Amino acid sequence: MAVSSDCRSSAPGASADADVYARTLDCVHCGLCLPACPTHQVLGVEADSPRGRIYLMRALAEGRVQDPAAIRPFLDRCLDCRACETACPSGVKYGEILESTKAKLEQERPQRGLRAFLVRFLLWHVVARQRRLRAMFALARGAEVLGLRWLATKLRLLPAHMARLLPPVPSAAERRPLRPGLHHPPAGVTPRGKRVALFTGCIMEPMFGRVHRATLQVLLANGFEVEVPAAQRCCGALLVHAGMPGPARQLAAANVRAFADADVVVNNSAGCGCAMKEYGHLLGTADGAAFATKCRDISEFLAAEGLSATPAECRTKAAYDDPCHLCHGQGVRAQPRQLLAQVPGLELAAHDKPEDCCGSAGIYNLLQPELAGEIGRRKIESLAKAGIDLVLTGNPGCMLQIDSHLRAAGHKARVRHPIELLVPPS
Amino acid sequence: MPSLERDLVRLLGDRRVLTSPDALLAWECDGFTVHKSRPRAVVLPESTAEVQAVVRLLYAAKVPFVPRGAGTCLSGGPTARGDAIVVDLCRMKKVLQIATADMFAVVQPGVVNADLTAAVKHLGLHYAPDPSSQTVCTIGGNFAENSGGPHCFKYGMTQDHVLGARVVLPDGSLAVLGSPAGSRLPGAPDLTALFCGSEGTFGIATEITVRLCRDQQTVRTMLGSFASMTAACRTVSDIVAAGLVPAALEILDQATIRAVEASVYRAGYPADAAAVLLVELDGPAVALAEEAAEVHAAFAHNGALRVEEATDPANRKRLWKGRKGAFGAMGRLNTDLYVLDGVVPRTQLEAALQGIAAIGAKHGVLLTNVFHAGDGNLHPNISYDGRDAAQTARTIAAGHEILQLCVDLGGSISGEHGIGTEKLDHFRMMYDDTDLAVMAKVRAVWNPDDLCNPGKALPSRSACAESAKWPAMTARILRDEGHA
Repeated sequence: MAVSSDCRSSAPGASADADVYARTLDCVHCGLCLPACPTHQVLGVEADSPRGRIYLMRALAEGRVQDPAAIRPFLDRCLDCRACETACPSGVKYGEILESTKAKLEQERPQRGLRAFLVRFLLWHVVARQRRLRAMFALARGAEVLGLRWLATKLRLLPAHMARLLPPVPSAAERRPLRPGLHHPPAGVTPRGKRVALFTGCIMEPMFGRVHRATLQVLLANGFEVEVPAAQRCCGALLVHAGMPGPARQLAAANVRAFADADVVVNNSAGCGCAMKEYGHLLGTADGAAFATKCRDISEFLAAEGLSATPAECRTKAAYDDPCHLCHGQGVRAQPRQLLAQVPGLELAAHDKPEDCCGSAGIYNLLQPELAGEIGRRKIESLAKAGIDLVLTGNPGCMLQIDSHLRAAGHKARVRHPIELLVPPS
Repeated sequence: MPSLERDLVRLLGDRRVLTSPDALLAWECDGFTVHKSRPRAVVLPESTAEVQAVVRLLYAAKVPFVPRGAGTCLSGGPTARGDAIVVDLCRMKKVLQIATADMFAVVQPGVVNADLTAAVKHLGLHYAPDPSSQTVCTIGGNFAENSGGPHCFKYGMTQDHVLGARVVLPDGSLAVLGSPAGSRLPGAPDLTALFCGSEGTFGIATEITVRLCRDQQTVRTMLGSFASMTAACRTVSDIVAAGLVPAALEILDQATIRAVEASVYRAGYPADAAAVLLVELDGPAVALAEEAAEVHAAFAHNGALRVEEATDPANRKRLWKGRKGAFGAMGRLNTDLYVLDGVVPRTQLEAALQGIAAIGAKHGVLLTNVFHAGDGNLHPNISYDGRDAAQTARTIAAGHEILQLCVDLGGSISGEHGIGTEKLDHFRMMYDDTDLAVMAKVRAVWNPDDLCNPGKALPSRSACAESAKWPAMTARILRDEGHA
């Protein structure tokens, strides 16, 4: 049997990322993270567990991995849901280890092939540029109206699993962006004398424009002035997850500048919120760290400030499902529930595993359809048992994933963002 | 790809046979990270028939193999020595049968301990043995290692809860041990009990029949904090002397308390206490009132600084959370952790803890203690930096002396973690050549070709020979330190 001396002698030198390596050492291999990991739950494979992946990333940093391509599939199958961070008694910063390692691998040997190229191209040249993203959605809507999507699915140009995941493209009215600039509370609302800046991100706007409008409406109705900076950009989370921290840093820097005057930056997308709270680590600058401290999820902000406008009545039985990047990533659990408890008529039902990932994880459901499908199916199973008509979750990816799986399972429940239920009666 | 691997792929498909040497690094060790050894391959069967088919192939090729559950073992039990193939049972996690009235369940080996309790909770039942890793560790692993846990003081170890099993023997044939009616079949020796704790060297259990226990009417969990470890230990002695059999008696020392309180498993233990004692009573409410009064009296008599009692499930869970997360929380103290496992008679707890502290000081290692006080089952934890050879050597040497101390005080070298590879060098503290020969004969009946988990649990006949063919750090370092 070999002993650990061989890895000691090959501790990382100048070539290895000493910081990432040091973080892998926080793991003492206890395994308490295994049941929290969605991929380990489905696959039962050690290398597809947080403990196994940390071990492989540590071995990579130690120079013990001969062919990094051999461990890449295990890292790529990780949802980066951070449930393991919640479970870890030793406080391992798993997300930072994974993202840094993926960036290093991508830099040293970029993934080849059409799919990898398309992912990189779309993330950087479309998703990260709001005008092009809007144009793409307009085109997609046109194609859909003309029946091209039906044709593409029939001709198998669009894989069936993709077609299932892709919901109908919303109408132009639904995709309408918020007016940039300052918005004031309407007449009759007592102003709080407080101004917040609203982060609008990339995909939320064309996919769920109503969520942005509801966010704005709730903030205004509760007496806040809302600034929507025109110069803001995508948060860069998808790029970080794809191992492209360089382009992500450009976006982060642009956001730090765009929100320089704001005291509080409110967002309604858990993934973006989590990424922005980690700008300190991503940018490695004091500005980045200062920006991070200003970021609040909308539920976090409103729960702290208190609602002054009573939400409209909603006589429904609903379940709240925690987005991973809100509960595990930002530690925000009680606030959305506290706010929803103030909705007249709403019955909030408990369900089995609200903190388990739904399998959306950014663009994971497109890259790992089979695994994401199984994880999504388990989520729906747990929700269905609760006997609810409405699922509430605060992240666009989760909203899409849960919605598509509900529809696939023939379940009639709809999906809404919690903020949509906080709008006062008009 | 060698022909054996090709045959395995033909059997299970390429997704359930892993052969990339880089990926296999993930299976290099369990919770005992001192010994590392990469397996030749990992296979993931899903049924008894698949395990049999895999084992038949391996038997024909005379390739050794190692059964593995969740890999939370703390003695190297599922680490593949030499060129062994890991038979990973994590995908075999079906609860096959729940017999409510007869109070037993039949499970596949990969069923997680806590998941079994969750599956029968609505019936007012639970599975009693509860290792600290119960949310992760598997029933198969528990069976192989005869695992314990805090509640084993009252309810007994895994061995007392396994009624029978179907096991794939090292030649691929299937043996049926025990029955739901009991672990011992009429007119036969208790083979189920013999198999339990064989550390995967007798075969692979693929279906395990376990006893389920009725939930107690009332549970009362109390936490007392003390200004000294001595006072905490004396309280334990007083409670047991009063004739009580608490469901659990657990002690954590100050360093452990502080590590736990810094982690996500924080339980609200007072950080200034030198030790906390967690006492759990269960039974009918009437009886508990009197018992609880006696526990409170023992706390008071020994000068407890603070006593907290949880009567609702949420607070009870909180008080336990710190204890259950203690091992992992130690990761906050240093990069590596060596979790020791030794037993002393309960009356020797104080002497043992003083001796352990002295050994720690002598070797200059960071030692913390968290233990099952009711059973006298100590878990001294040594936090060290595995990249520092000298520190690692001091850690191993201190561990060796601590186990010798346990034996000298009338105890043993393991309460529940097993021998694995960790304690091969400590075996002779308790057993001589004759003992070894008898044990080896028993093993040879099950595993004549030594294909199933070779190099575990029993040292070879002569210690010198063992050290010579065992290029492990343990042997080398102990020689350097003049112990071997």
